[in-house]
Amino acid sequence: MKLPIYLDYHATTPVDPRVVEAMLPYFTEKFGNAASRSHAFGWTAEEAVERSREEIARLIGANDERTAQPDAKSIVFTSGATESDNLAIKGVAEFYKEKGNHIITTKIEHKAVLDTCKRLEKEGFQVTYLDVDKYGMVSPDDVAKAITDKTILVSVMLANNEVGTVQPIAEIGKITRGKGVLFHSDAVQGIGKVPFDVNAMHVDLASITAHKMYGPKGVGALYVRRSKPRVRLTAQMDGGGHERGLRSGTLNVPGIVGFAKAAEIMRTEGKAEAERLLSQREYLKKKLMSRLEEVHLNGHPEQRLPGNLNLSFAFVEGEAMLMAIKDVAVSSGSACTSASLEPSYVLRSMGIGEEAAHSSIRFGLGRWTTQEELDYVADLVVDKVNKLREMSPLWEMHREGIDLTQVQWAAH
Amino acid sequence: MAYSDKVIDHYENPRNVGTLDKNDENVGTGLVGAPACGDVMRLQIKVEEGKIVDAKFKTFGCGSAIASSSLATEWLKGKSVEEAEKIQNTAIVEELNLPPVKIHCSVLAEDAIKSAIADYRAKQEAKKAAKAAE
Repeated sequence: MKLPIYLDYHATTPVDPRVVEAMLPYFTEKFGNAASRSHAFGWTAEEAVERSREEIARLIGANDERTAQPDAKSIVFTSGATESDNLAIKGVAEFYKEKGNHIITTKIEHKAVLDTCKRLEKEGFQVTYLDVDKYGMVSPDDVAKAITDKTILVSVMLANNEVGTVQPIAEIGKITRGKGVLFHSDAVQGIGKVPFDVNAMHVDLASITAHKMYGPKGVGALYVRRSKPRVRLTAQMDGGGHERGLRSGTLNVPGIVGFAKAAEIMRTEGKAEAERLLSQREYLKKKLMSRLEEVHLNGHPEQRLPGNLNLSFAFVEGEAMLMAIKDVAVSSGSACTSASLEPSYVLRSMGIGEEAAHSSIRFGLGRWTTQEELDYVADLVVDKVNKLREMSPLWEMHREGIDLTQVQWAAH
Repeated sequence: MAYSDKVIDHYENPRNVGTLDKNDENVGTGLVGAPACGDVMRLQIKVEEGKIVDAKFKTFGCGSAIASSSLATEWLKGKSVEEAEKIQNTAIVEELNLPPVKIHCSVLAEDAIKSAIADYRAKQEAKKAAKAAE
């Protein structure tokens, strides 16, 4: 077992060696520009890109409803999900602005969605940020109620990166399709780990990225539905008209090939992997919660990503925990770990209280997580939580039976 | 953001973690911060003949907060109450090499010291008043 141990798979993932192998020829031998139409270097690159496109479409169930074959043309390659989110939201807003100016999203979306919406608000669009419940789940009814005749887009993530809660995408899709409103989902964290099918769930736009599924950083895709309805977008990157005019710029061929290989592996091995991750996650959760008191799970207990375990260890602050378990890579919702000194906005939106955010730790399990690592981490975490609780005035006050919610704190 | 060696040292080898009897008339207790802010420090001093003979702390907060309050207890021991009042957060920042984003931890430690001293003084006043009333 090597140290440090990586348990932050929601932040990024190592590239699968099979993916690296698939990419290599495209750096040195098959290095052509996929847009070079007049010679074999370009044709070879283009073929690789088209095969990759099909693979990505296959992963998300983007099948042409007539032929039941993957609709490769519905996949637009980008530099990553942040760009895909920008393209989806700004692209729809700009194209459909004569039809309406209202967008609906949730308070727990990734910043790539939230900040894009904030920018659109400055340009005169109206955005509704839906609340979530204490599990971080959005209600399809709330979506339905928020839709007006000016609504042009609903954007709800497939699964939240912090607490792992999986959203009711199929129910929301039914509502948006019924009301003729476009539905975008940032599917980054859930792809391959939980069911996601753009046709079955009536999703019209979907953002995905390679580096969260054991592919390389710097490449992602946006699914853009081509029929019933045909989604139109205003391109955000101009210059050359690549990707059917939706996203100009020379394609990152090696990245795309790697992305497709990662997608193929996810499609074929993802289900078994998800089952393994689920049992490993439950194992870690049980070990920690049986050996420590006052440990609380953040996010939905069942409808969550299999590898995600977000726990609040009461009376111990998150960054102190990270320092204490410094040979284990995890992350925290504590203010002290953010550059802006703001605690996690996701946990705040769930209404679980700021103190719970400050004492939260997110464990993200993944493809190479071993039982040995989990045993080591469980022992270490239990030991350090106990040690930090010995140093915590809040733990002492709790043991004395003092109700901390009744104390008058002298905050500065 | 790698942790500074001194900050890690205070966490791994904590000095003066503990609790003094807050009902002891020679003990001053300062409790500052709030759980909602992610920072709570409890700092206690035991004073005999105007000199701080013992100091203890407990902190809910990040590594820099723990180190700041731990360092504060180290510096308090052996000082007179007047000298203790002069301890400034900037000295803590320098000693621990705190980056700008962690300066507020040292400010809270300075607040904790002043709060403990204020509590001690309040107790002495109450004692005097009680005596005068007899």
